[in-house]
Amino acid sequence: MSKGAFFGGVHPSYNKDMASGQAVIEMPLPKELIVYFSQNLGAPSNPVVKKGDEVKKGQVIGESGGFVSTPVHAPTSGVVKTVENRPSPVGADMIAAVIVPDGLDEWVEGCNVERGSTGLNREKIKGLIHDGGIVGMGGATFPTHVKLSPPPDKKMDTLIINGAECEPYLTADHRVMLEDAESVLDGAALFAGVIDVKNIVIAIEKNKPDAIITMQRAIAGRSGFTVAEMDVIYPQGAEKQLIYAITGRKVPAGGLPMDVGVLVQNVGTAAAAYEMIRYNRPLIQRVVTVTGSGIKHPKNVLARVGTKFSDLIEFCGGVHGDTAKLINGGPMMGIAQHSLDAGMTKGTSGLVLLREDEVGQFVSDPCIRCGNCLDVCPMTLNPSALSIFIERMRFDDAEEYNLMDCIECGCCAYVCPSKRPMVHHFRRAKAEIRNKAKKAG
Amino acid sequence: MLSAMLNAIYVLAALALVASFGLAIAARIFAVETDPRIERVEEALPGVNCGACGFPGCSGLAKAIVEEKAGVADCPVGGENTASAVAEIMGLSFAGGGEKMVAMVLCRGDDEVASKRFYYNGVSDCSSAALIFGGDKSCSYGCLGLGTCAGACPFGAIEMLPSGLALIDPEKCTGCTKCVDSCPKGIIKMVPASRTVHILCSSHDKGGVARKACKTACIGCQKCVKAVPEGAIVMDNFLAVINYDMEIPEEVADECPMNTIVVRRQGDLAATSVDMQTAVGGDA
Amino acid sequence: MEDNLEGKVPEEKRPSADGPAEKPAVPTDGAAEKPVAPTGESAEKPAAPAEKSADKPAAAGSPPPAAKPKKKDEIGPRFIVSSSPHLHDGRTVSSIMKLVVYALLPATLFSVYAFGFGALKVIIISVASAMIFEALSQKAMGRQIRLADFSAVLTGLLLALNLPSTSPWWLVVTGNFFAIVIAKQLYGGLGYNPFNPALIGRVVLLVSFPVHMTARWVQATPFGSNPFGVDAVTTATPLTMARESLAALGHIDVPFGTQEIMNLLVGNRGGCLGETSVILLLAGGLFLILKKVISWHIPVSFIGSVWALTGIFYLIDKTTYANPSFHVISGGLILGALFMATDYVTSPVTKKGMLIFGAGCGLITVLIRLWGGYPEGVSFAILLMNAATPLIDRFTKPTVFGAVDKQKAAA
Repeated sequence: MSKGAFFGGVHPSYNKDMASGQAVIEMPLPKELIVYFSQNLGAPSNPVVKKGDEVKKGQVIGESGGFVSTPVHAPTSGVVKTVENRPSPVGADMIAAVIVPDGLDEWVEGCNVERGSTGLNREKIKGLIHDGGIVGMGGATFPTHVKLSPPPDKKMDTLIINGAECEPYLTADHRVMLEDAESVLDGAALFAGVIDVKNIVIAIEKNKPDAIITMQRAIAGRSGFTVAEMDVIYPQGAEKQLIYAITGRKVPAGGLPMDVGVLVQNVGTAAAAYEMIRYNRPLIQRVVTVTGSGIKHPKNVLARVGTKFSDLIEFCGGVHGDTAKLINGGPMMGIAQHSLDAGMTKGTSGLVLLREDEVGQFVSDPCIRCGNCLDVCPMTLNPSALSIFIERMRFDDAEEYNLMDCIECGCCAYVCPSKRPMVHHFRRAKAEIRNKAKKAG
Repeated sequence: MLSAMLNAIYVLAALALVASFGLAIAARIFAVETDPRIERVEEALPGVNCGACGFPGCSGLAKAIVEEKAGVADCPVGGENTASAVAEIMGLSFAGGGEKMVAMVLCRGDDEVASKRFYYNGVSDCSSAALIFGGDKSCSYGCLGLGTCAGACPFGAIEMLPSGLALIDPEKCTGCTKCVDSCPKGIIKMVPASRTVHILCSSHDKGGVARKACKTACIGCQKCVKAVPEGAIVMDNFLAVINYDMEIPEEVADECPMNTIVVRRQGDLAATSVDMQTAVGGDA
Repeated sequence: MEDNLEGKVPEEKRPSADGPAEKPAVPTDGAAEKPVAPTGESAEKPAAPAEKSADKPAAAGSPPPAAKPKKKDEIGPRFIVSSSPHLHDGRTVSSIMKLVVYALLPATLFSVYAFGFGALKVIIISVASAMIFEALSQKAMGRQIRLADFSAVLTGLLLALNLPSTSPWWLVVTGNFFAIVIAKQLYGGLGYNPFNPALIGRVVLLVSFPVHMTARWVQATPFGSNPFGVDAVTTATPLTMARESLAALGHIDVPFGTQEIMNLLVGNRGGCLGETSVILLLAGGLFLILKKVISWHIPVSFIGSVWALTGIFYLIDKTTYANPSFHVISGGLILGALFMATDYVTSPVTKKGMLIFGAGCGLITVLIRLWGGYPEGVSFAILLMNAATPLIDRFTKPTVFGAVDKQKAAA
């Protein structure tokens, strides 16, 4: 199935066996949950609860703030202690509902009810996926219903279910495929029905042979499904690279997968969508890999959205002394955290704790033009030149060198012998260029 | 030998003659009418090409002034002397503009007094640092101290203190506002150069929050507001802000329990940092 | 107020936050007790008792270098926060430079063996003076002193390998002065120098002291007579011999049989310290290519183009032009193509650019060797192409993934 390899990429130490053998454990309800109203890429949702309100599990607490937006649900039953700005795992403080669970974990009426398949047409399914607050669970948190709504002129023919999980350390998707294969496939079938494609590819990196076997067994008897064994290389799971590796099609620069007739969805997203359609359970919990050399007992935890990082860490036995970095997501693209009191979001696929000697600290030495970054850039950019331009504030030149096509995978910084903070430079320049474009109209 | 030298001289002289004729003719034929005032105006301008006026360098502004697309006082850097010189060239009168404005960093939370939330490891530039959780300072309004404003200043008026704070020398500051635009925190403000009392804080956090983040934060206690004529200092969302339209007695600085209010007289730039040290020492 | 422990838990500033006291996360650095209980509405109280501990937290607070934590099994007061990625493959500038030095070691040791004590003296003086100049100029220019990156060692070594074993000490020191101070540090240091520093050093010496640099070659005597002997035989380099025979006799008269080829490969000939032993240089170059320190592009296109161009002329006229294989293994080409032209800073970063760069070096080398004023042109060729590097990089800007399809779609 695999058509070949994309250009570039790196082979970091994967360190997945720390957690890959750990079955998913459901975490008991913590003392409080920090549920942000911005759980997706795009417009944040609008709070509809206030301090003191009682909420039930699955109740909508934030309504969709636009088309590219999803509702947010209460992860359990309890009382809204406050609605205020809290430190967020992705950036500046964000508005969140702080919910104190009452321990009863009662569903709101209408949720957790098995739904018959009658009357389920495309629009209905899309509507339910929106209502369930389903977003891309690989980390990007793009609203799934938007991805399922390609303009009519785009002819879709392939659905890729992304189980590559190329980020080092993380095993959440791996465990979902092992333990919940049927839900993943049922969810995938739903997606395929909505966009009317017959060809569904489950993409799994070869370093997960058990997941490959499980999936191969599970697709037996289903038509249209194939399992693609992907080479182990980072960033195999990046949308554009995955599509190229499987179909040989190049998503145009600045374009979307739908431009080449492909839709990519994460395995966790497929399972979550199935839960919503079949049982009317909105996305209020997910599998999080808590791992890294800094944590005492690495685990795959099924945790409620809003669980504080400190609670996750405590549940996994605490930390070793010299833990210096706490990462929301994988170590290649995840966001380093400064506060243990931020809550996990729908996009939190893992919590990686690294010790000081493992952390690749940046030193910003001058570029020695070794060209390593050009060899590994999967978008075939010239990161060396880009970073030099940006250091000299030449943002126009950086734009001319296709900065905006950078996917921030971090391969360049991973191999840079001068330890330059390449991705940081690029993010800054992108922000600068976007601001300029906004000002220009 | 001699003839060879002479030959060379003849040839070169002939070449020079031909070329000069060519140039003379070309100058007549292709002459472009330019207003001689442009050159004179440009000479009157500071000539640092900082771009603060919005035109491409001083020559761009000079052209615009002569074409009456810009006013005689449009150079934000030159001040009154430049404006009146330009006005004279243009045959206009310059009545004298507003007061000279200088930029000031409204934060005194250096590493000694302001706490940090994390160890920042990244590009040494405020705009980049601000992308990561808004910067490492616990106070989300604080000066990040990485010197983006100093890099943006065309006049070398901004000094980065080793304690991690930008300090603008009002003597060197020309009021071009480049630093104001460069600061990702938006805490550099233009203030009248003649004024001496300033509130060096931009934090809109509530008192307790602000105090935890920084020992010299405005905690919104309003003591200063009560000590000055009404309207001279106003509260804006937990932050005391000076209304520079009104006179303020220097004694108000003594009222501030957080040493957020400073008296900065002309020429005693250094005094500010010194009295900051003593203020902190006294607290501890 | 508090101290640097504070920052970690910002919402504790808010009155409503109840401190998660039991967590392993709570830092207990001994300096200050954190207010664990919910703070009052005023939130002023917790600050007051902590004032006493406000000693010197800021000293450790300077941002990047090292987060100095903390006690056993507790998360430190602050994390390191940076942009992604959070991993690094561990290869640094100094580890790369060291690999290049290792790759040069066989040829270096051979030169000592072949040329004797003179070679050792040149190498030691060269490396030492390079390091001294590097440290002094970095100090004078207010930069961080970075001898640990090994780039000065490498420059000194490369320059030594480009000098004759008879070089007097002042020649070596002068060369290193130009290499390190003029060609490297004045341009801004490692990463900013447009020209290969070692080659600048060599070329300055070559044009300033031609007698010392070209006329006093010593026959390398690897096998046979005593290596450290004083009765060294003065000889000319093979390329000089070829050129002189052409001038004197009107045709090339250099024997190029199996024995001669063996001598050239092993290094049994006159020349600079490092350029004689083709086999050891090739081994070092192969090591670097296998270690992915350099790519094959520049050496292959450089050597290939020299071989192809001289081959064409050889086919046209065998009496005036030497055998192409002789050209490849006789001068400083192997050393230059593997170790000098591949210098990161001064060569293109794109693969296409590297091929153009190598071919350009080859072309200029051949032009100089066949018609120029010097018997050898590798150094000049590389330096001239160094000047073209920014241009080459600009013209070989890589096409972004998906760009072709974009144009098609637009059409």
